[in-house]
Amino acid sequence: MSDDLTQIPTDELIQIIQDDLYDGLVDGVEAGTHELLRRGLTPYDVMTQALVGGMDIVGVDFRDGILFVPEVLMAAKAMKAGMEILRPLLAQTGAQQIGTMIVGTVKGDIHDIGKNLVAMMMEGAGFKVVNLGINCDADKFLAAYQEHQPEIVGLSALLTTTMPYMDVVIKRFKEEGLRDKVIFLVGGAPLNAAFAEEIEADAYCRDAAVAVETAKKLIAIKRGVK
Amino acid sequence: MNKWQQLLAQPGPLVADGAMGTQLFAAGLQFGDPPETWNVLHPDIVRGIQRRYIDAGAQIILTNTFGGSRFRLAMHNLQGRVAELNRTAAILLRAEIEAAGRPILVAGDIGPSGDILAPVGTLSYAEAVDGFTEQAEALIAGGADIIWIETMSALEEVQAALEGVRRISAEIPVITTLSFDTHGRTMMGVTPEQALAVLTERGAAAVGANCGNGTDELLAAIQRMQAAGPRVPLVAKSNAGMPELVGGKAVYRASPEVMACYALDVYRAGARIIGACCGSSPEHIQAMAASLRTADLSAAPAGTSPLPAAAAEARPAAGDRAARRAARAARQPGTDKAETE
Repeated sequence: MSDDLTQIPTDELIQIIQDDLYDGLVDGVEAGTHELLRRGLTPYDVMTQALVGGMDIVGVDFRDGILFVPEVLMAAKAMKAGMEILRPLLAQTGAQQIGTMIVGTVKGDIHDIGKNLVAMMMEGAGFKVVNLGINCDADKFLAAYQEHQPEIVGLSALLTTTMPYMDVVIKRFKEEGLRDKVIFLVGGAPLNAAFAEEIEADAYCRDAAVAVETAKKLIAIKRGVK
Repeated sequence: MNKWQQLLAQPGPLVADGAMGTQLFAAGLQFGDPPETWNVLHPDIVRGIQRRYIDAGAQIILTNTFGGSRFRLAMHNLQGRVAELNRTAAILLRAEIEAAGRPILVAGDIGPSGDILAPVGTLSYAEAVDGFTEQAEALIAGGADIIWIETMSALEEVQAALEGVRRISAEIPVITTLSFDTHGRTMMGVTPEQALAVLTERGAAAVGANCGNGTDELLAAIQRMQAAGPRVPLVAKSNAGMPELVGGKAVYRASPEVMACYALDVYRAGARIIGACCGSSPEHIQAMAASLRTADLSAAPAGTSPLPAAAAEARPAAGDRAARRAARAARQPGTDKAETE
């Protein structure tokens, strides 16, 4: 990024921020974000056009095997730096939340790299994400639901021995009459779509990029139905 | 000549063992409990599983220490027991192998930390080396003949583990295998060719692939390493297919017969050390050992599969924005698929 951002047309600057995000350049994203705000763009527009727009490209290239986890994590760090500038401003303007997700690795399972990646990509897409951590039992998911009222519940498992516990969580939500209030996304190395169907989750997401796409799509459908 | 060199001096494939975790769960290990504690709590069960792999024909058996580093044990607040659990694991396996009365290697198993190394993640390289040093020291003190670093995704982490081992022993042979489960690369983007080149240069005694999404994926990784002209033996340790959920339990569909075919396939593709990973049992290893005995040893494994052009092409370096944009622009829909198949 050149030093004098003020001379660059806005649409080009947005492109540059997206490129810097793609390359995980924290300084560039921060500088560009400040400059767009200085020009009078709303925090919401800066977020959606520059940051979320940039992370969308990262997501597509991750899905397609152009980028891998290290690059995505670096991009997410740059995204986070931009969001830290925007978040207080967004709160002031009362901009609409894209959505809220609670996500955790299910009971018995202590793997968290993939789940954290999903959390970061979802944040990158503008979601509020509550990361419940590892080894979460059904009660923990229920309590988090009551506290945060999310649209999305993400369940992660890396072990074939722990993936059946996802079924337990979804059944508990059914027993509490809460099943239809949320969208269950499930993921993890040993899972597949057939498994998601068997436990009546809403979707299996093979990676973090697919999780973002699926979450956006299913929320849109759900809001459309209401 | 050490035991490793003696085994390699024989012609033909070497059979490694199958899953430990799958067998421990079948024996009653509970979700989330650390398997390594069973080295102390239920040594008879751990030895029993290893005995069955020996009886099935395995020549390399791994210790029950996959999650035995301080990084993994800390998740159970057991980080103070690294030395005890790893040393005990090697002693148990050593005793079982000595009872067998034929040359079998005790492979001290080192799995990933579960953390991502800095600067992307939070674990520093020095911390990683220290943690793996501690685990390697205990495995070697307990009598490991070789060290097997497995299921890795990041090259830096394999290097940290290798360096940890080398701090304890300058000469112990080290096998390194990664899991190429993401578009033909590891989760962290490492290609089979990169892994082979870097780890050979770093002194690994053998390089290969383990775990992952089934036998086809593993075969592809071996083909790519073979095509790159390996200077060390190649290693294949595939899962028994992909798990499916049946009646609330994970079931691996690859039968012993399927794994017997896989064993021959990867041998013909260039793998010298062949075992199995998640979902496999002594029955799978027995079938694999039997099929490998029929292998034509005179037909030296050769890399016959030409490498797709896309596979050999390195990804643009981090920060090279223009190159990346060009790569994106040049990409046709679906071309990345050729890389995985």
